[in-house]
Amino acid sequence: MDNNLMYADASLSASPEPRGLKRFLRLLWKQRALVLMSVPFVIWLFVFRYVPLWGWTIAFQNFKPGKSFSEQQWIGFSHFEFLFGDERFLRVLRNTLVMSTINLVLGFLTAITLALLLNEVRHIVFKRVVQTVSYLPHFLSWVVAAGIIRAILDPDGVINELLLRLGLIDEKLLFLGVGEWFWGIYGVSIVWKDVGWNTIIYLAAITMIDPSLYEAAEIDGAGRFRKIWHITLPGIRPVITVLLIMNIGYLLESGFEPQYLLGNGLNMRYSENLDIFVLKYGIEQFNYSLSVAASIFKTVVSFVLLFAANNIAKRLGETRLY
Amino acid sequence: MTVQETKRSRYRYRMSLGDRIFDIVNYTLLCLLMVVTLYPFLNTVAVSFNDATDSLRGGIYLWPRVWTLENYKFVFENASIVQATWISVLRTVIGTVLTVFCSAMVAYTVSRPEYVLRKFVTIAFILTMYINGGLIPNYLLIRDLGMIGSFWVYIWPGLIGVFNLIVIRSFIENLPDNILESAKIDGAGEFRTFFSICLPLCTPVLATVALFTGVWQWNSWFDVFLYNSSHEHLSTLQYELQKTLQFSNASNRGVDFQAMQSRGATQVTPVAIRATMTIVASVPIIMVYPFLQKYFVKGMMVGGVKE
Repeated sequence: MDNNLMYADASLSASPEPRGLKRFLRLLWKQRALVLMSVPFVIWLFVFRYVPLWGWTIAFQNFKPGKSFSEQQWIGFSHFEFLFGDERFLRVLRNTLVMSTINLVLGFLTAITLALLLNEVRHIVFKRVVQTVSYLPHFLSWVVAAGIIRAILDPDGVINELLLRLGLIDEKLLFLGVGEWFWGIYGVSIVWKDVGWNTIIYLAAITMIDPSLYEAAEIDGAGRFRKIWHITLPGIRPVITVLLIMNIGYLLESGFEPQYLLGNGLNMRYSENLDIFVLKYGIEQFNYSLSVAASIFKTVVSFVLLFAANNIAKRLGETRLY
Repeated sequence: MTVQETKRSRYRYRMSLGDRIFDIVNYTLLCLLMVVTLYPFLNTVAVSFNDATDSLRGGIYLWPRVWTLENYKFVFENASIVQATWISVLRTVIGTVLTVFCSAMVAYTVSRPEYVLRKFVTIAFILTMYINGGLIPNYLLIRDLGMIGSFWVYIWPGLIGVFNLIVIRSFIENLPDNILESAKIDGAGEFRTFFSICLPLCTPVLATVALFTGVWQWNSWFDVFLYNSSHEHLSTLQYELQKTLQFSNASNRGVDFQAMQSRGATQVTPVAIRATMTIVASVPIIMVYPFLQKYFVKGMMVGGVKE
């Protein structure tokens, strides 16, 4: 009896709905319009995003551009070994970490502070104007931004003139010519460019805070600072935590454009980061293998960091990257 | 009493001395921020309208001392700058249209719950957020595809951004279910549903994506430097500007200063030209962004925190 039932069941479900590959192909044919709309782009994706990964093999070869793949000489990990013994690479790594930390810490502190200040503004029009103005540099390209920054830091620029007039310096300074100052200039530049833009997410989080909390605090006699400290800041803490964790995933991404466009021979020891190293070895010195090895290092470490950051954020029950 | 009035009277009642000091400090700080943000830019505007040789004396702040349009005249009479501006406009328009259209199409397919390849396509795209080949492998690919020295190198490699895809997909998924379904019940095929139902409904999110893409295309210079630096006719405005930034320490290709000095009467200096080109390169964006701010902010919200 039981067996018969089972057979009956199996044959019933099998005949109208074929399983496995056949069913898949049938569905695929039925959905051919959707396939037509997406598969060409998957091919595009494969060519432009996955095929380059094949190029990673270059890092394990003594790559000579003229030769074919089979003629290349395989040398294992020696490029990586060279990198980690190379003084320049270690300096570049230090610069990358320092600048991305500056970016992270300074970026967070200034954006949160500005968001809190903006939130305390009661004139809506004034608030709008400040916001619109502070977004402006975000939309300008780094080329434009770097041009402007270089102009004001110029020996004849406004900063030098201001400092001279205030009597703080005796002679004009070449700001971009002193390596040790580069990290500071970098920090100020990225804050100038993105602080307004970075407030958006915090301002949105602040509007989600229950207004009755403020009313209750007011009845209890809390002033402005106490309300900020005990309600607003704790209210946006989840957002801060998630953004902080996710940004740790970008620790090797200190940006390329500001360093490249503001950097010069004089501040190179402090401005050169991983991306510039990859560019200089690859495009300028044609040492493809070393360049690819450095960028593999960057991608792999970033991947691990991002993956970890994403999982920690998920475990905290908050939002994820996607 | 309306809510507004209650609020107002409460504030008036609560305004203590401390509050007032806080407000004064706060407003001063924010005004200072605006000055610091705008000043460098306004200064550049002033220099661009000031006589080039006069600018060398320094002391130009917010207003030109010797007013002139010579700098702009020079820039717009310079064939290579005009050509570069055209290329910038072209890549912005073509790149934006293609990106928006293609991203929307893929987003539509991966938003269909019944689509068999949905998971595969989604994961294939999302994986590329984590890994990419890097500079040299990408360069070699473009070279092997024969795209060096071609205009399309500005369009194809960045055609679909994963970020855009996710933003559009979540927008489509949040549309009322039955809209797309009922179109299908009425006999519309996938293409018809996409073109005449999905696309019009997605206008807000597509506007956001278009703006981000447009700004990104207009501001790009690195791909020009990497792939087309020896193809002058494909240079863009941003790249021409980037080249003038290198004047102090590199050879001056592109804008030919020797030639223009010999033109006699008009004196133009690298500083003045740089300022003028900076303004020309940023004016389109400055004209556009304040009006479309809300779309940018919306896009940032969808992409930044998806709860």
